[in-house]
Amino acid sequence: MRKTIAIFEKEFKSFFYSPMAYVVIGIFTALTGIFFYLYLSNFVESAFMDQMRAQQYRQMPQKFNVNLMLIRPYFWNIALISLFTLPTITMRLFSEEKKQGTVELLYTAPVQSIHIVLGKFFAGVAFYVTLLIPTMIFQAILFVYGNPEFLPVLSGYVGLIFLGSAFISVGLFISTMTENQIIAAIGGFALSLFLWVIGWASSYAGPTLAPVFEYISIIGHFEDFSQGVIDSANVAYYILFSALGVYLSLKSIESVKWRT
Amino acid sequence: MIEVKDLTRYYGQKKAISNVSFNVSKGEIVGLLGPNAAGKTTTMRILTCFMPPTSGTATVGGFDIFDQSMDVRRITGYLPENPPLYTDLIVEDYLRFVAKLKGVERNRINGEVDLAIQKANIGDVRSRVIGKLSKGFKQRVGLAQSLLNNPQVVIFDEPTVGLDPKQIIEIRELIRNLKGEHTVILSSHILPEVEQTCERVVIISEGVVVAEDTPENLTARMRGVERVLLEVEGAEKDVRDALKKVKDISTINIEKQNVNILKMSVESQSDIRKEIARAIVESKLGLLEIQSDKVTLEDIFLDLTTKEEGA
Repeated sequence: MRKTIAIFEKEFKSFFYSPMAYVVIGIFTALTGIFFYLYLSNFVESAFMDQMRAQQYRQMPQKFNVNLMLIRPYFWNIALISLFTLPTITMRLFSEEKKQGTVELLYTAPVQSIHIVLGKFFAGVAFYVTLLIPTMIFQAILFVYGNPEFLPVLSGYVGLIFLGSAFISVGLFISTMTENQIIAAIGGFALSLFLWVIGWASSYAGPTLAPVFEYISIIGHFEDFSQGVIDSANVAYYILFSALGVYLSLKSIESVKWRT
Repeated sequence: MIEVKDLTRYYGQKKAISNVSFNVSKGEIVGLLGPNAAGKTTTMRILTCFMPPTSGTATVGGFDIFDQSMDVRRITGYLPENPPLYTDLIVEDYLRFVAKLKGVERNRINGEVDLAIQKANIGDVRSRVIGKLSKGFKQRVGLAQSLLNNPQVVIFDEPTVGLDPKQIIEIRELIRNLKGEHTVILSSHILPEVEQTCERVVIISEGVVVAEDTPENLTARMRGVERVLLEVEGAEKDVRDALKKVKDISTINIEKQNVNILKMSVESQSDIRKEIARAIVESKLGLLEIQSDKVTLEDIFLDLTTKEEGA
């Protein structure tokens, strides 16, 4: 456990030693900021227009639900931006160690492989949570000027963290297989994207395959979270998914030792 | 302390090492000597549990490298050929991280790190970023890392490669100081280096142990060898027949053959240039050139690693 924490700490700090982290944080914050602004101005405009109309026709203005119209689509937006961003975080986790030869230190130190994998996985998750902080500030603005429901926001973030963990476990697994960070990033992105779009295929699949595709789809399980529902089935899906990614990473680094 | 028995390792179809066996007793410094790609790194990687052998066994400190891998890693310090450094960390932070990986208790970490810094003599750079250090200092940081937690066994893979002569001397001195306290295996392809630092040498060539002895015995074995370089005009068979008349010739190597001109080297225990010249001239062959070649230690090492493996 202590060794897992040591690896976690080192990995998490290492993110911030490289300029990459700041670039990623900058781009992520800029993109999520722009989208937040667009959604917000769209929402304000619609509400304003409606009020004008109501005044003109002397009707009661409609009630606009900020959770439904702004927060929910915004969470989907963050999820999509995460899909593109997370591979750049996970690509270095093992690839860089392989490239620099530091795997020799990790694999010859008295540390179990699982501790290495878990330390790196949770460091990735922690970095993702850091990435999300600016978006939390954006949403806090809504609470200052309006009164959205809090629980759907909370569940949305819980969902994002679960979704992000799943992406990170995919990226982690891919990065165990190559010492080239570019390949690790592209591979991680491709596999994540595949797991995202496989849900779409369910509408074309036959009656037997459709529910399978739907279940596998990494994004299908996010729906409920974005609506304010934390369903144990979805939680279980993401935990199992991440556990599978971690397990495959573990087997992958162990198999490297055996490959002849 | 270290017992290596019949280690064999394949990479795909290629055999990297074959039935490597040797022992190292406690407190000894043993050199693993061999040309590049001889199997030194493979042997070391197996001993440090980086990868398993295809067959054979080894124990380190009485622990089996396969079944008790965690115990082996606990008592072993390892410096790979490229020091495994996180270049964006500060020296001290890096050593503290490695100490944690090695399971040093929290209250002992600072003491252990200080001790390793002192042993490797890197006090001046302890708060600098590793990536900004010179090659020599990086090597020392790698060395400090391997000495953390006072390992019983230390394994160095080519610890002086790429360093300047002054740094090489310093690193050798440092390794010599480990004697007695630690059991050390170091690999090198430089004979004098091994001669200066090690008490015993295991010579590996093409994955096979070709010799195992003290440096003194190895040099004694090499001393007294005289080599004569020859350029002779004539058929190879005739030249060989002519040289048969000369006593004391131990080996004949044809180095280059150009139609009817042979370039060759002949080894013997004493200076036999006169006898060789006479034999060739009497056989009516053309003696174009004869020259004595002073054999260096490296030459003989090369000779040993190529000859014995070819035999």
